[in-house]
Amino acid sequence: MSKRVVIAGAGQAAIQAATTLRSEGFEGEILMVADELDLPYQKPPLSKGFLMDKLQEKNLLFKTEKFFEEKNVQLALGEKVTEIFQVNKAIKTNKGNVYDYDSLIIATGTRNRILNILGSELEGIHYLRSLEDAKSLKQKLATSKKLVVIGGGFIGLEIAAAAKEKGLEVTVLEVQDRLMARVLPPIISDIFEAKHRDKGVDIQLQKSATAFIGENNHVTGVQLDDESIISADLVVVGIGVVPNDDFAASGGIKCSNGIEVDDFTRTNVEDIYAIGDVACHYNDFMQSTLRLESVQNAMDQGKISALHILGKEEAYYLVPWFWTHQFELKLQMAGCNQGYDEYFTRGSIEEEKFSIFYIKDEKLIGVDSINRASDHMAARKLIQAGVTPTEEQIEDLDFKLKTLID
Amino acid sequence: MPKITYINHEGETTEIDLPIGHSLVEGAVQNDIEGIVAECGGSCMCATCHCYVDEAFLDKLPEMEEEEDEMLEDAASERKSNSRLGCQIRMTEDLEGLIVRLPETQV
Repeated sequence: MSKRVVIAGAGQAAIQAATTLRSEGFEGEILMVADELDLPYQKPPLSKGFLMDKLQEKNLLFKTEKFFEEKNVQLALGEKVTEIFQVNKAIKTNKGNVYDYDSLIIATGTRNRILNILGSELEGIHYLRSLEDAKSLKQKLATSKKLVVIGGGFIGLEIAAAAKEKGLEVTVLEVQDRLMARVLPPIISDIFEAKHRDKGVDIQLQKSATAFIGENNHVTGVQLDDESIISADLVVVGIGVVPNDDFAASGGIKCSNGIEVDDFTRTNVEDIYAIGDVACHYNDFMQSTLRLESVQNAMDQGKISALHILGKEEAYYLVPWFWTHQFELKLQMAGCNQGYDEYFTRGSIEEEKFSIFYIKDEKLIGVDSINRASDHMAARKLIQAGVTPTEEQIEDLDFKLKTLID
Repeated sequence: MPKITYINHEGETTEIDLPIGHSLVEGAVQNDIEGIVAECGGSCMCATCHCYVDEAFLDKLPEMEEEEDEMLEDAASERKSNSRLGCQIRMTEDLEGLIVRLPETQV
């Protein structure tokens, strides 16, 4: 039995692993090693409620300081894991500290992909990942007039929406021919594009930035591949993330796109687990090997790793779900929304309250809901149970989908 | 600081200090009170922070928005006249001494 669990990271997955270890009766030591200095906090609101001043810093904390004391979860904050010694079962940090472990859980998440083009050292070019990033971006939003967002993914568009609502002029540049193309089918992309345009956001598709223009060391514009220049006094880059797996790879842990794990979140090295955004696994519902960058995956893998350490084997077989919130559109995604044969709509697209049910080989594989949270909750249960409603049941708003499960 | 009491389905009672402006979800999760799941982190998107609010406080609560009303219809445990989502209730001075009971299951 493990006596000392070291968790590298302090995000959603890491906190879940620590919480589950204690709630399931683990009495050994737990040490969380994390590079940020803040008490562990939630990241999703940083690009939403926090930027919009609806939530304060203290609202974001996962746990109070008292929790860590009472549950005896030790924190080594401001330290980054740099090396793993798998034979001696120890890790080393950038401060030179060495910590022994019986079990190691890697939950180091991802870092932003950096846009290295001419002028990228100018001031006024921001990224959003941490609370620190969010605080400085929020300050800038309060004093800036013209924002250019590079990247039309979740983060970029959530920031664009927040900035527009704060009264800034906003342009979004996206390389692809539609928004959020990696994660959404065209029908949903189009609805978000229309919403952003309707609110006055300038959406420019199939455009990429080639250089930042500046004066007095501060950004004043973004040059595009067609040579045109869009003026800006603030730029936010949201062009994706890369997994923080370098120290793991050099420590002999198998990595490809992130750290490879099995259904129990085990890596190829005994007693070393990887969970959350950094972990790469085969997902039955998505029918592919991938990293899921989501709260759901972080929480569920966190639980499963903790249970496995305690000798309770529970395989990861759970419907993935995500959400984003831009202007009045609350989108919740359950399961897989790609590779479908056909889809059916429940609710009203005009009223912005509907769900799209994706069917493949006559089986429900995914549901995207806009402002239909109850459909989303039902959809997760249906997909998990492998139950496919009929077209009539989907389209009939009076039919309660959850009755197919109960 | 205002106090709030959570009573879980087994009758276990926990009293905590909840700062003004904090939601019932934040209070429960930050203090490791079991019985509130809050999968979505408190964004009114999952109905896993269902609470039964003590009748004496019902008229002191913020009015329910359509969204919360819909979510409650689909909550895992029975909806009652005093059902609310914990993420939609933030502490105020009027709510000093608030008592909420937690349902049998949230998922």
